[in-house]
Amino acid sequence: MRIIVCIKQVPDTTEVRLDPKTGTLIREGVPSIINPDDKSGLEAALKLKDEKNAHVTVLTMGPPQADVALREALAMGADKAILLTDRAFAGSDTWATSCTLAAAINKLGYDLIIAGRQAIDGDTAQVGPQIAEHLKLPQVSYVENLSVDGEDLILKRVFEDGYHLIKVKTPCLITTLKEMNEARYMSVGGIFDSYREKEVEVWSLKDIEVDHNNLGLSGSPTKVKKSFTKGAKSAGKQYNVEAKEAAKIIVDKLREKYII
Amino acid sequence: MNFNLLKEHEMLLKLYNEFTEKEVKPLAEEVDETEEFPVKTLEKLNKYGFMGIPFPKKYGGAGGDILSYALAVETLSKACATTGVIVSAHTSLCAAPIYEFGTTEQKEKYLIPLAKGEKLGAFALTEANAGTDASAQQTVAVKEGDHYIINGSKIFITNAGVADIYIIMAMTDKSQGTRGISAFIVEAETPGFTIGKKEAKMGIRGSSTCELIFENCKIPQENMLGKEGKGFSIAMKTLDGGRIGIAAQALGIAQGALDETVNYVKERRQFGKPISYFQNTQFQLAEMETKIEAARMLVYKAAFLKENKLPYSREAAMAKLYAAETAMEVTTKAVQLHGGYGYTREYPVERMMRDAKITEIYEGTSEVQKMVIAANLLK
Repeated sequence: MRIIVCIKQVPDTTEVRLDPKTGTLIREGVPSIINPDDKSGLEAALKLKDEKNAHVTVLTMGPPQADVALREALAMGADKAILLTDRAFAGSDTWATSCTLAAAINKLGYDLIIAGRQAIDGDTAQVGPQIAEHLKLPQVSYVENLSVDGEDLILKRVFEDGYHLIKVKTPCLITTLKEMNEARYMSVGGIFDSYREKEVEVWSLKDIEVDHNNLGLSGSPTKVKKSFTKGAKSAGKQYNVEAKEAAKIIVDKLREKYII
Repeated sequence: MNFNLLKEHEMLLKLYNEFTEKEVKPLAEEVDETEEFPVKTLEKLNKYGFMGIPFPKKYGGAGGDILSYALAVETLSKACATTGVIVSAHTSLCAAPIYEFGTTEQKEKYLIPLAKGEKLGAFALTEANAGTDASAQQTVAVKEGDHYIINGSKIFITNAGVADIYIIMAMTDKSQGTRGISAFIVEAETPGFTIGKKEAKMGIRGSSTCELIFENCKIPQENMLGKEGKGFSIAMKTLDGGRIGIAAQALGIAQGALDETVNYVKERRQFGKPISYFQNTQFQLAEMETKIEAARMLVYKAAFLKENKLPYSREAAMAKLYAAETAMEVTTKAVQLHGGYGYTREYPVERMMRDAKITEIYEGTSEVQKMVIAANLLK
């Protein structure tokens, strides 16, 4: 089984702050990590490597620094790593990103493509499903459990109030949740191998076939109108009243705000 | 001159820190309290390649350098000095001499499982009457045909009782003094070899420290490490390397205590403000930080010299002396800055202070380090 895992290097948002004046992320001094949903996807792939001898390729699109995230994946046990990097890709929204990644995946053989559900710095959950659309593949999102049944996969797709058990034929694309598993650590030997014996292949625009109108900032239909820091909530108002009256006050407030 | 870590060292630190934070720190208090060897942690250390860091891959190691190993002991010891010394004694005192002085057959039989983490190692030189004067060995090994018969006992042996493979020093020819000492590789299951009393210690309480007893213990000749009569020289060279590990452990303990203290002084309020606002606190922290950084430079330099096959005995002694004294001083100050709370077991700094003390004693006391440094000056 050939698996491609799409990962994204993101700032560790547990340590990130917003500049109150500009509303942008202060990235300085913030450590970069593999996006948690992607890391679980990678772990799922590595388990299939351990159990079924799967071949695992990790793929990312990003600036040259994203090399570190790929080496980390190699140090965890991935077989091959590809960094898609080019000035032409800068400023991509989810559409341009998924077009670029799909073009790269088109050059690779695969049975399964794994992407994390969403990245903690963007929270769109769009790139994985869009790649599936570009490649005309069946997709199952929000996967929390995966098992192999011959040529098929049995997937547990989780919702807030329940789950689906889905059987899907490969090739297909799935998006994974960080709750799926606890990702393994890198190994000490794996780290040395990732820098000394394994390579991160660097692909640029000339290495893939893609419609140039779908690239980078100019190929991105998403326009950011404004970004802002969520304001602090007011202290709220306390009512010391009977339950029945309290219910009425709540209903009135909800009506006032057109929530119900 | 370049003080930058390599990219691979940076990534190792990421692994070491994450592993320590998630796997080691949560157990440190319990390991100290119960005095139980952290078996589960050792399994994880084995799995992720912590037990053979500086050995080549062909011998089951990770293929790393001495600095990568020192960084691991330092980072683990920030949270748990017990875990740090388990790795250090195994790597520096058992696997390293087999790597440096062993035959190809010995490396294949013993180094590979040690470096892979399948077996745990220990080293035994100290006896009841042979401490700093290590030459006063009373354990004897008498040759009988193609075997040696070992009789005697060893004390204060780190990892004893848990380890599978031991490097043992014994007199093969008393008339030759230190040149009559030889080194042997002894398997735990060997008949005639038993584990004696387990020590109840002040610090590193999860580490297993026991007496070893040899009663007509029969060791095949091929298990002699190095040549007959070279044991003392092997032991001294092994301890030179071991000092880098213990210096790294001391450095880690000091750093861990400083990290705890920095957090505490920002929260603890007296006279209406956090105690970090007071100049006394700031000056104490500044001194702690400066000494830790100086110790770090000594440790990393000794690691660099050993890695590059340059003389490092003097530097390893300086690193161990200074890092151990720094650990003692920094942890004592850490307890003082925590005040009454620091003296309780509610905060980890009292444990760190107890753990720090041993770094001034084992693998050569601070006084022995001074002897080594002075001998280098006066030769």
